[in-house]
Amino acid sequence: MKHILSVLVNNHAGVLSRVSGLFSRRGFNIDSLAVGITNNPAISRITIVVEGDENTVEQVEKQLSKLIDVIKVKRLDIEESVHRELALFKVNADTSVRSEIMQIAEVFRANIVDISEKTLTIETSGNTKKVEAMRQMLKPFGILEDVRTGLISLERGEKTII
Amino acid sequence: MKLTGADIIIECLKEQNVDTIFGFPGGAVLNIYDSLYKKGEGIRHILTSHEQGASHAADGYARATGKPGVCIATSGPGATNLVTGIATAYMDSVPLVAITGQVASTLIGRDSFQEVDITGITEPITKHNFLVKDVNKLAETMRLAFEIATTGRPGPVLVDICKDATANEAEFIPFDGKKRLNLNIRNLFTEEELDEAAKAVQDAKKPVILAGGGTIIAGITDLLLELSTKLKIPVATTLMGTGAVPGAYPLYTGLLGMHGSRVSNKVVSECDLLINIGARFSDRVISDMKRFAPHAKIMHIDADPAEINKNISVHYPLTGNTDDILSGILERTKEVSQSEWADLVIRWKSEYELVIPDNGELKPSYIIRKFSEMVPDAYVTTEVGQNQIWAAQYFNYKFPRQYISSGGLGTMGYGTGAAIGIQIAKPDSKVINFAGDGSFRMNCNELATAVHYKLPIIIAVLNNGTLGMVRQWQTMFYEKRYAHTTLDRGPDFVKLAEAYGAIGIRVTRKEEVVPAIEKALASDNVPVVIDFVIDINERVLPIVPPGKGIDQLIYT
Repeated sequence: MKHILSVLVNNHAGVLSRVSGLFSRRGFNIDSLAVGITNNPAISRITIVVEGDENTVEQVEKQLSKLIDVIKVKRLDIEESVHRELALFKVNADTSVRSEIMQIAEVFRANIVDISEKTLTIETSGNTKKVEAMRQMLKPFGILEDVRTGLISLERGEKTII
Repeated sequence: MKLTGADIIIECLKEQNVDTIFGFPGGAVLNIYDSLYKKGEGIRHILTSHEQGASHAADGYARATGKPGVCIATSGPGATNLVTGIATAYMDSVPLVAITGQVASTLIGRDSFQEVDITGITEPITKHNFLVKDVNKLAETMRLAFEIATTGRPGPVLVDICKDATANEAEFIPFDGKKRLNLNIRNLFTEEELDEAAKAVQDAKKPVILAGGGTIIAGITDLLLELSTKLKIPVATTLMGTGAVPGAYPLYTGLLGMHGSRVSNKVVSECDLLINIGARFSDRVISDMKRFAPHAKIMHIDADPAEINKNISVHYPLTGNTDDILSGILERTKEVSQSEWADLVIRWKSEYELVIPDNGELKPSYIIRKFSEMVPDAYVTTEVGQNQIWAAQYFNYKFPRQYISSGGLGTMGYGTGAAIGIQIAKPDSKVINFAGDGSFRMNCNELATAVHYKLPIIIAVLNNGTLGMVRQWQTMFYEKRYAHTTLDRGPDFVKLAEAYGAIGIRVTRKEEVVPAIEKALASDNVPVVIDFVIDINERVLPIVPPGKGIDQLIYT
């Protein structure tokens, strides 16, 4: 079972290592982890996708909350939140298949961000399912490289983490 | 007022009322030691033989007093030598502030001489740690370190300070005494939950309390005793809870778990409500989870929410200030005048009492019991292994913090350093370290420290010429293949003691025990090592074999 944790932390050197160290030390599995600065430059927000049963996630939340640099931990209701991840795919695209790939990109409302004689690089964003579907569609052409950011999420409506 | 970083450190120690620090100098802390020399009046520095000894001494000081212990070491190897002591303090929730020197901020990351990433190394074994590169942040960091170490569930905090930050100057603003963070324990239970818990305690037919080290740290042992007395509830303790209730208390059943008493393990196996107060359900207590308290609902009272449901699922979780919780339960319950269950437990207790053999041999149980009779108010520290369990079983503890041992990490070599810290904190008390020959050898260099500072600690070496606990496992579970546990190589502990300037006494016969203890007690400013030569095949009993339940203990 996947769970999404949204974590506000002090924007200090070493905080990410404290958070990720806790996961490996206590044997928790991270599916993805995305970190970035917030509107308040003293605070960063980490979105962590965790795999585990109810007990495991409860432990993760409690152990994270004990870290001095962690300001707030919240488990997001997956249905009641919006989720995005960003991916870049560099695919084989000679002239014979280029237009076909560009059509796929259009269907997914993805952008072509780089082009060369033999390749296209496509940017897509969406929930994990959409990015995964895009990957499946591009796979037959040959994906040379891909990179994904990991999921970021916010609760729907007026709710905020603090 | 402008001060150098080193002066600021000394000022910050003074504002925290630190009277003693344990340490060892070196290049990166030269400025700090210079300030200590010039401006350190009121702070006593104890120079140990090795940084590990300093860390254990600061830990022993903290456990005996409840105040934070402070140790200091230089960068690189000085800092890494503190690691075992910091981990020991972390596992047992001991408030410790470790100050380490670091190479100059301009040299960091260049593999400089005596550079090590000690904040990286200690990240998993500290409650928090800091690297200070800027002198302007030094005073506030020191204040945060003490606040974090002592507030909420205590623990060690390391402050790593670059050498240039100790030399540079900054404006020093005196401490306002206020807390910087919001780390106080929060009551996370509702009134309804407290009502429900109190009802469960009142209605239980066969309740038992498991008291852990948290009861001692939180200072709630009086409430614990009141609850037990009022409702006639037997009390078992974890190793860390030893001393939470007096050994002579009729409803005290002794240790629970792997080396639990027969009565404690039976009571928990048969109880219908287990009330855990300030213990963390360690593997050494629960053994086989499926056979642990199989008929019981479990109540867990703890200051740390992360302990709830960590190792065992709990029916009644109560997180918060444990004094509020116990007071709340006491307010909501009526006195029980007669309890068949308590009477039964008292019968079992006398039936299963540990017997000290009376066959003329020199037995560790006899040695420890004699100390208990002759110096009942002594502080006891231990090493790890058989000595640790025997000391918990056969000494009759009278007050909390009297038994001081490395429970969580299980650090051999802990006791001598800890005894030094305790003796400094409690100059008018006797301090005994029950040691094994294996563990005493690990840090016996600290005898030099005890001799220099005229500390009359008594080191009772239960010398069986082997790593006794490991040998016991080899005997019982490894078909007597004694791989590298036999210590047939000296040194002569009496000569060793004398070489350090301590008093050495050898005891080989039972009749010599009392005179040896008398002689040791007569020393008021020289440490004493008593080398008790005991049999190599002495065992700690009872024992729960690996993978078995606490009801399956071996006791003969």
